Amino acid sequence: MNGAQDLGGAHGFGPVMPEPDEPVFHADWERRVFALAMAMGYTGAWNLDGSRATRESLPPVQYLASSYYEIWLAALEQQVVATGLASAEEIAAGRASEAAKPVARVLARDGLEARFRAGFPSSRDSAGPARFAVGEAVIARNIHPPDHTRLPRYVRGKRGRVERVDGTFVYPDTNAYKTGENPTWLYTVSFSAQDLWGESGDPGGIVTVAAFEPYLEPA
Amino acid sequence: MSHDHAHDHSHGSDLSPVEARVRALESLLTEKGYVDPATLDALVELYETKVGPHAGARVVARAWVDPNYRTRLLSDATPAIAELGIGGRGGEHMVVVANTPETHNLVVCTLCSCYPWPVLGLPPVWYKAPPYRARAVIDPRGVLAEFGVTIPETTRITVWDSTAETRYMVLPMRPANTEGFSEEALAALVSRDAMIGTGLPGAIPPEMPA
Repeated sequence: MNGAQDLGGAHGFGPVMPEPDEPVFHADWERRVFALAMAMGYTGAWNLDGSRATRESLPPVQYLASSYYEIWLAALEQQVVATGLASAEEIAAGRASEAAKPVARVLARDGLEARFRAGFPSSRDSAGPARFAVGEAVIARNIHPPDHTRLPRYVRGKRGRVERVDGTFVYPDTNAYKTGENPTWLYTVSFSAQDLWGESGDPGGIVTVAAFEPYLEPA
Repeated sequence: MSHDHAHDHSHGSDLSPVEARVRALESLLTEKGYVDPATLDALVELYETKVGPHAGARVVARAWVDPNYRTRLLSDATPAIAELGIGGRGGEHMVVVANTPETHNLVVCTLCSCYPWPVLGLPPVWYKAPPYRARAVIDPRGVLAEFGVTIPETTRITVWDSTAETRYMVLPMRPANTEGFSEEALAALVSRDAMIGTGLPGAIPPEMPA
């Protein structure tokens, strides 16, 4: 979606402000939001793509006025309600007034570190051959889906080159809505900075994105 | 004033509104049996104290001393990183890109906050915030200048926007005057920012003649 999350190339946000000796978290509530988001994602009520889709669906004014973990918190509350795990009234009260809804699994303390150190791969077996090959010229399609996609606006309609065929992966555009993993070919596509940004582009500079096959067409 | 205070902090004590919201949510999700507070504590401990850029620095140091490892790392990073016992959530599909005199690499996620957790830990605030996400792709040299990094005009900059499942780590160039350094001493030169591309490894002055 053409939401506030799609920031590449935007002006006016000011300088980058690195914080010396930055802590991992800046407040205890950030620790809890991080862990709640991880643990609730593990229940299977939704997936990571669904979380991203929810976060970027926040109204742009709210998204840009919120800190990172405030965005996570707002999305988490929405997902809990949208999946029927709890009502908005229960969230406001901080107490259950209805029975819990069964979830596929609950993250346990035992084996937690091993589970997270093993990871959750999103690669899947290929359903068919890749359409594009390394070195091939492609155009990022000029599409504007109103829902979740991983194709940033700044490359749409631009001509690039396939640098790497990454394999087949869960397709976020459908997985976010639990309408299917639809394993899809993923490519690393490079663009000339001046093709993207005109005279503003860094001379000789390159920008790459990871693009799923439906985002691309032959040049 | 005192009335507003009591109203805003209806969950007791001196919690701010966001603290009260988070506490209410955790209480509810715990009561419903969806989460276990001890597990949440363990998750925080894992990412606050165990997973961090020291892991990525070990990978870089190994690649600096072992050319065969470097080749494996650049051709298929995930198993090469796993050789050092490093991997997991946010690093299932790793790509490592090497800086050279011809090319400097810079990693960003313009759409959210994709970042290689197992090698770098959780991302810093600036990586997740709009200024970096907006400008890294359109003005990488300007962004680098804000980090105090100047790349020669003759060096091409490649920006890797982590828009899907691949997660990037930069393999910086080994600093001069580090011949004979142990892997441990080399790893100590590798900052988090050097592995994002917004920094360079620590410089070592040449040994002065006696």
